[in-house]
Amino acid sequence: MSQTAPSPDLVTVNIDGQEIAVPKGTNVIEAARKLAVDIPHYCYHEKLSVAGNCRMCLIEMGMPAVDPATKAPIIDEATGKQKVNWIPKPVIGCGTNVSPGMHIRTTTPMVKDARESVMEFLLINHPLDCPICDQAGECKLQEQATGYGRGYSRYIEPKNVKPKRTVLGPRVTLDDERCILCSRCIRFSREIAKDDVLGFTERGSYSTLTCFPGRELANNYSLNTVDICPVGALTSTDFRFKMRVWFLKQTNSICTESSVGANTVVWSREGTIYRITPRQNDAVNDTWMTDSGRMLYKEVQAENRLTRPLVRGVAVTADAALDAATELLRSAQPGTVAIVGSGRSSVEEQFLTRKLAEALGDKVGAPVSVVSRVGEGDGLLLSADRNPNLRGALITGLIEALPPTYAPLAALAAAIEAGEVKTVISVGEDLAEAGLSAEQLAKVSVIYLSTHANATSQAAAVVLPTLTVFEKSGSFVNQQFRIQKFAQAVPGPAGAADDLATLSALIAIAGGGRGGPVSDRNAVPNGRVETLWKALAAEVPAFANVTYQEIPDDGLLLDATPYASLPFVEGETLHHKPTTPISPLNERATTSTAA
Amino acid sequence: MNLKPETLQRIDEVITHYPVKRSATLPLLHLIQEDVGYLPEGTAEWVAAKLEIEPINVHGVITFYPMFRQKPIGRRHIRVCRTLSCALTGGYKVCDTLKEEFNAELGEVSPDGEVTIEFVECLASCGSGPVAMVDDELHERLTPEKARELAAQIRAESAIRASAAAASA
Amino acid sequence: MPAERRLIFQHIDEVGYTNDIDCYLRYGGYQTLKKAVAQSPEDLREEVKKSGLRGRGGAGFPCGVKWSLVDRKSGKPIYLIVNADESEPGTFKDRYIIHQDPHQLIEGIMISCFANGVKQAYIYIRGEFPKGAQILERAIAEARAKNFVGANILGSDYSCEIYVHRGAGAYICGEETGLIESLEGKRANPRIKPPYFPAVLGLYQCPTIVNNVETMCQVRHVIDMGGEAFSKTGTPGNTGTRIFCVSGQVKRPGYYEFECGKITMGELLYDVCGGPLDGRQFKAVIPGGSSAKVLRFGERFKGKRKLGADMVDYDWGVEDVPMDFDSLAAIGSMGGSGGVIVMDDSVSMVEALANINAFYSHESCGQCTPCREGSLWMKKISSRMVHGAARAEDAALLKSVADQIPGRTICAFGEGCSWPTQSFLIKFKDEFETYYEAKQSRAPEALQLV
Repeated sequence: MSQTAPSPDLVTVNIDGQEIAVPKGTNVIEAARKLAVDIPHYCYHEKLSVAGNCRMCLIEMGMPAVDPATKAPIIDEATGKQKVNWIPKPVIGCGTNVSPGMHIRTTTPMVKDARESVMEFLLINHPLDCPICDQAGECKLQEQATGYGRGYSRYIEPKNVKPKRTVLGPRVTLDDERCILCSRCIRFSREIAKDDVLGFTERGSYSTLTCFPGRELANNYSLNTVDICPVGALTSTDFRFKMRVWFLKQTNSICTESSVGANTVVWSREGTIYRITPRQNDAVNDTWMTDSGRMLYKEVQAENRLTRPLVRGVAVTADAALDAATELLRSAQPGTVAIVGSGRSSVEEQFLTRKLAEALGDKVGAPVSVVSRVGEGDGLLLSADRNPNLRGALITGLIEALPPTYAPLAALAAAIEAGEVKTVISVGEDLAEAGLSAEQLAKVSVIYLSTHANATSQAAAVVLPTLTVFEKSGSFVNQQFRIQKFAQAVPGPAGAADDLATLSALIAIAGGGRGGPVSDRNAVPNGRVETLWKALAAEVPAFANVTYQEIPDDGLLLDATPYASLPFVEGETLHHKPTTPISPLNERATTSTAA
Repeated sequence: MNLKPETLQRIDEVITHYPVKRSATLPLLHLIQEDVGYLPEGTAEWVAAKLEIEPINVHGVITFYPMFRQKPIGRRHIRVCRTLSCALTGGYKVCDTLKEEFNAELGEVSPDGEVTIEFVECLASCGSGPVAMVDDELHERLTPEKARELAAQIRAESAIRASAAAASA
Repeated sequence: MPAERRLIFQHIDEVGYTNDIDCYLRYGGYQTLKKAVAQSPEDLREEVKKSGLRGRGGAGFPCGVKWSLVDRKSGKPIYLIVNADESEPGTFKDRYIIHQDPHQLIEGIMISCFANGVKQAYIYIRGEFPKGAQILERAIAEARAKNFVGANILGSDYSCEIYVHRGAGAYICGEETGLIESLEGKRANPRIKPPYFPAVLGLYQCPTIVNNVETMCQVRHVIDMGGEAFSKTGTPGNTGTRIFCVSGQVKRPGYYEFECGKITMGELLYDVCGGPLDGRQFKAVIPGGSSAKVLRFGERFKGKRKLGADMVDYDWGVEDVPMDFDSLAAIGSMGGSGGVIVMDDSVSMVEALANINAFYSHESCGQCTPCREGSLWMKKISSRMVHGAARAEDAALLKSVADQIPGRTICAFGEGCSWPTQSFLIKFKDEFETYYEAKQSRAPEALQLV
């Protein structure tokens, strides 16, 4: 045999003359991808079952020749190598799994002709409405037409007429004339979303994608069908006709909806976000994300967005607001300041929140509460813990135990009632929503770092506007203890300051007494996460050998063993199996605060 | 779904023929169509519930197979074969003649409600073409003349049925 | 003129022969099944292999080899499905077997089931045979009552049930994996192969045998005669008898059964079927169902062909071609389903092709691109030529579209829908190129084909 198998689980194949060893069970498209050989395809999707219907991935395949009787290799005398028996008909790459010694050709006239034929067939009944099609710029049909299109049409017959602008559900719009019947959306709905509502009706060229009459494609994963639609048949009703995709800047981000930490791309132009799509991470979210997570960008331009610092409800300058905070903190009796930290804050913010607590305290530091958010997990990409970064709070030392899943601020409320706490710094948490009553709020002076106005901002003494996840950089640690970075996609509104800068200023105000990294309230420049990581690496054991720059795009798995006995609330989701028993508290998982 | 008791009984029986219930999709659709005359609204949901599958699966099947119909047809169902062997022996003329006789459009109920005429693909009686089925009965070696006789026969049978119905009423 | 040799059609249209079990038993029915259950399944399979019996569904795949591919080690049940959905235009033999001699089929099925350890068999019958389905159901009930079907047949410890399953008007169900999908209650989209070879991953992902009605009947005669004796009928490599279904423009259309390869096309059409209609001449013939490549009277075929183990020279006109799988394959067409469709000089080949294209575009399941789009495109072109503007360049276009389909689809429908266009355009190219002229002088009362 001409090939040598390096390991029993690897299979060596030859693609366009190059040899590569790939795991058993790999199909030809994936094997070729490893050699940067592109085999065009429409229906194939690596996370779905193989349908083999588009026929775009036809390739030539051959196997090493052996004597049928003796099984001895037949050697080509001209080359001295084993002969290859080429199959006379092309085969589909997606449906062909590698086997030892397999030969693949992707550049022959037969393959080119097959691709050109499929292209022509797909285009004859496809409307040429690319100028108004949302998919333009990311349309597989458009892309392959460049390589395999005829350049003119031989088709003079009337095109098939099918339904246009069908509302499939609350978020997805269908144009059946553009559909190339690849069945990806049907397979996704059946296999991943487990919501079998899509299917084909009629047959032949008149086959039509449809949702069962009277039903809707309404599940929380419906927009994934838009992502995987290779053409402009399925479009996002939200994004439809809003922007040309080639004008959009792509920024890697992390979904903050839950502790799953789905990897995302934020698409923006000139400071405005237009959509969020999933970013492939085979260890976290594959190629999927929730619909609800995609809508979170709407908070950026929400009407109640805070854009001016407030002191007792009056808009002031940032300096004036910090002055007011200074006065509050300096006049506070030692031991009467409490902090409410957040599982929504980044690792970096949580670290500074801890620093702030240490700076405020006399000997033991200010008491810190963190607000839990528990909902129902969907078993896929929405976990029961709706905080994206509760594990970060543990790792950074902001908290040592998990917050109670029920009435998370009960202890704080009791301390307020007892007169032990007079000042509360809330890092992004709406205290009213988290369970403090109006009377309790009225008994304390609140310094509130927040993105949006709410009951807490109305009651707060000082409001310091901060940034949403889309306007800053940092990292979260998801349920798997995987630290994942997010980057700033758009600038924050004028009047809002980076959380890190504000926290640094507060630490400086608090006196920087014990171990504060800064003593000047203007010492941390806006969004300079990297500068903080020196301190994080030095002070947080889990990060001892980590630099921010070196955290890969698909995250870095941290050691979870120190936390193995903690009763986390998550159940099983796509790539996460809980190792500890689920918190019994989750049994009555009444969400103390809405996620 | 308002099905006759014997239809429901046959439905339950036919499901037992298969180790996987979904296999009974076509048999159930046939039985409902034989009972009601067509597949009324709600069929897909009813069959899906019966077979523990999703309605879209049944809906896709109903529209894939041409013999399933989602609207009522005339009192008699005429299916003329359109395919090559019958066409070579005059199938198109036979179909045209029947359409004329009943003043009917293909696939539509004739104005008198008597028939629905379909021009269908191969009925597998190519050696005796042109052929047509009237309900389940095959008629072979048709000519325009024979087609007219067939039409007359259908009308005559209808008249007999109508008078019998009037007499019993 | 060669004499008919009727094995399968022995009693078709015989006066006094009825389709009930008493009649069948009077004629020696179910004796072969008795003989079979006294043997071992392995021996029966060996007999079928020895017989050289080739499947009568279209591809002519050896039945014994098909059975030998069945995965018998999986531990899963083995299913047998009888493909009685024969829908290839020009083919109508199943109609007669099912309506007039259903017990012959049931006996063949039970022998095949026993030989393969099958506990459950389905007869997938085309929807257009509502009476046939009733007849089969009654016949199965009769056979069950006599203990030929069902539990512990003929006092043995072997049990097997047969159920009738009705299709609903989809030609694609003749494709065995499309049929399996349909039997599973789905749209009849053929499966990709690999991995879904029925012998391994068929019905319910279990090993499955799909055999044609005529093949099942032939099995009964194989076991009756013995594989060795059967293999001596017909010609080497093309054993047994073949039922030819002759239709179209010929004096005596109908069914005729001959030993394979013992009759030529000329003998069949002139001697057996009485030649062309008065005043006409044969122009073209499709030898194996409408997807088979057309033959043009007057063309000659020369080359070498396999005859048993040997290669022999041939030089044939259409009339000289022996009607067997290998000879018809040698001249670039196929024996297919045995449906012989005859066209005479009154027919426009453009219009005949338009008729065929309308059929295939209607029957494409629509799953894979080349067949779905190509079949409808060919239909649109050929229909436009007849009913709208015909262009000289349509000939080349049609041929080119057809060439883009075969060998690239999920199932053999891709070949089936493109072969007519390819062969019509090769053999009658001039007629297509000049059709726009011929149309001008077309008589209004001329035969309409589309």
